[in-house]
Order: sequence, then structure tokens, then C-alpha cells
Amino acid sequence: MKFFEDLKVGDIVTIGRHTFGADEIKAFAKRFDPQLFHMDETAAEKSHFGALCASGWHTAAVWMRLMVDQRRGEVEAALARGEKVPALGPALGLRDLKWLKPVYVGDVIDYKSEITELRVSNSKPGRGLMTILSSGANQKGETVISFLSTTFVERRNKA
Amino acid sequence: MPKLHWEDFEPGAVAIYGPRLVTREEIVAFAAEFDPQPMHLDETAASATILGGLGASGWQSCCLLMRMICDGFILDSTSMGAPGVEEVRWLKPLRPGTRIRIRSTVMDKRESKSRGEMGMVKFLFEVLDDTDAPLTTLTTTLMFGRREPRP
Repeated sequence: MKFFEDLKVGDIVTIGRHTFGADEIKAFAKRFDPQLFHMDETAAEKSHFGALCASGWHTAAVWMRLMVDQRRGEVEAALARGEKVPALGPALGLRDLKWLKPVYVGDVIDYKSEITELRVSNSKPGRGLMTILSSGANQKGETVISFLSTTFVERRNKA
Repeated sequence: MPKLHWEDFEPGAVAIYGPRLVTREEIVAFAAEFDPQPMHLDETAASATILGGLGASGWQSCCLLMRMICDGFILDSTSMGAPGVEEVRWLKPLRPGTRIRIRSTVMDKRESKSRGEMGMVKFLFEVLDDTDAPLTTLTTTLMFGRREPRP
């Protein structure tokens, strides 16, 4: 497992893939973003989106879930090898979140994250701060979402 | 007919939405679905993390904010969605039992260069706790239909 010192700007992690179905798009929207173009096919056809599409927060939350799953696999493998596992998180926030294209029913989104900045934390000496550029692309290769987020990563050397 | 059009948003306008009680059960349920990390799932494991106790996923704060502004005004508007979010800052953990409110401030508005039927409104949304301390702040530009399309 990579501690802060082991990370490099430019490192890319493949996060995973998700196919957005109509039922989950509507179920998410009903809970968190009940605008008609995320809830109802007919209304969505009349909107500027032209068809039912996922809430942008849904597209983002799926990245988070796949990220956690991806990391869990790495953690389990590291523990099986008897290695130490660095603590990760929480995140401080995000910026430049862009919903570049709608995510329509049946779209297959591939997510990845790339390290863009690494710096030592002034407030928490045992941690570093990692900024990553995360993105999702659909089956046509079009980027549908991208954002920068900054998160704490444990340092191997605490001093 | 939707009531609020682009023309109705005035820079400087402030509104409050909520309150809404955030329960332990929904924090754990959201985390189990979208962000299954120990700090969002389990008190004991969470106490050993930087959060120092169970706290909601930051994405849940964003989703709750979205729902509260939908109920607050977006569903009663000509909303055309949003191209993105300039910034989200997770300042303090959202703890179980907090009654959150949303403070909405209109920061700026402008016409759309490419689409005469649409305009942009920039907002600062703050998720406040029971003491009015901001837990999460979110800056975003939303798109709204205009009452009078630009000629």
C-alpha cells in the first residue's frame, strides 16, 4: 500500500465501471434531486436534455463507491501480505466539478483518478495532502464528469 | 407553470431552507450505499479516525443540500440543471442528530452567451448546524430559463 511518500504526481488509478440503469437513476433522483428530467422519461424528453439522465450528484457518488471498493481490494491484499496500510481521508473538499455531458440510461461510465499535487500538511504532521483529478468517460469516450479533490494520506515517516 | 425565472434572482438575496434532522440511520445507510468507509459506518471505528466519531459522507452533505434546495426553490423554478460546482468545502463533520439548514446567497447572475432562452445564477450554499455554524459550503452556477428570452 502506498503511503504519502510513495505517491507521485501523474500516478493514475483505474477506479472502475458502472452502467446507469433507469430505475437507479430515478430512485436516486427521488431521494436527492427530484427534478423532472431525472425522474420521468416523458418530461425529460421535453427538456433540453432530450431524455432521462442521471443527477450529477449520482454520477459523483458512484465514483466514490467505486473508489472505496477499489481501495478495499488493495487494503485486503496488503494486509494478506502483512504490510501496513496507510490511513486515508477525510477529504477537505473539491473544486472545478464539471458535469460535461448528461449521463443517459444505459450509459457505461469508466472512472479514473490521477494525482495532480502532493504536499505536506501543516496542521497534521503525520499526514500529507493529495489532490487528485477524477473523471468518468462514457462508452463513446466522452468525459461526462471531472473534479479535483484533496484528501489526507498518512505518512510513513511521521517526524 | 414554474414560478421562478432567471429574472427573479437578485444578487445579494439570502434565503434559509430547512431544518432537516439528519439521523444516524440515514448516515450509515448512505455510507453503506455510496461511501462505505469506517468513519461513516461505525462509531467505534470512526472514533479512531481524524473525524473523531461518526460523521456523514461529504457526498451525503452535498446530496442533502441538493434535496433541500430542490424543495426550497428549484422545483418551483425554470431550473435547467448545472454545468458543475466551482467549490465544495467540507469544514466540519456532519454528526448524527444534527438539524441542518441551508443558507442560500445569490452571488452573481449573467446572461448565457450562447443561449438566449437561458441565464446563469451563481450561488453560495452553506449547510448550517443547530448553532448556525457552516459544516459544508458549496459554490455553484445554476442555469434557469428566462421569462423573456433575449432577442
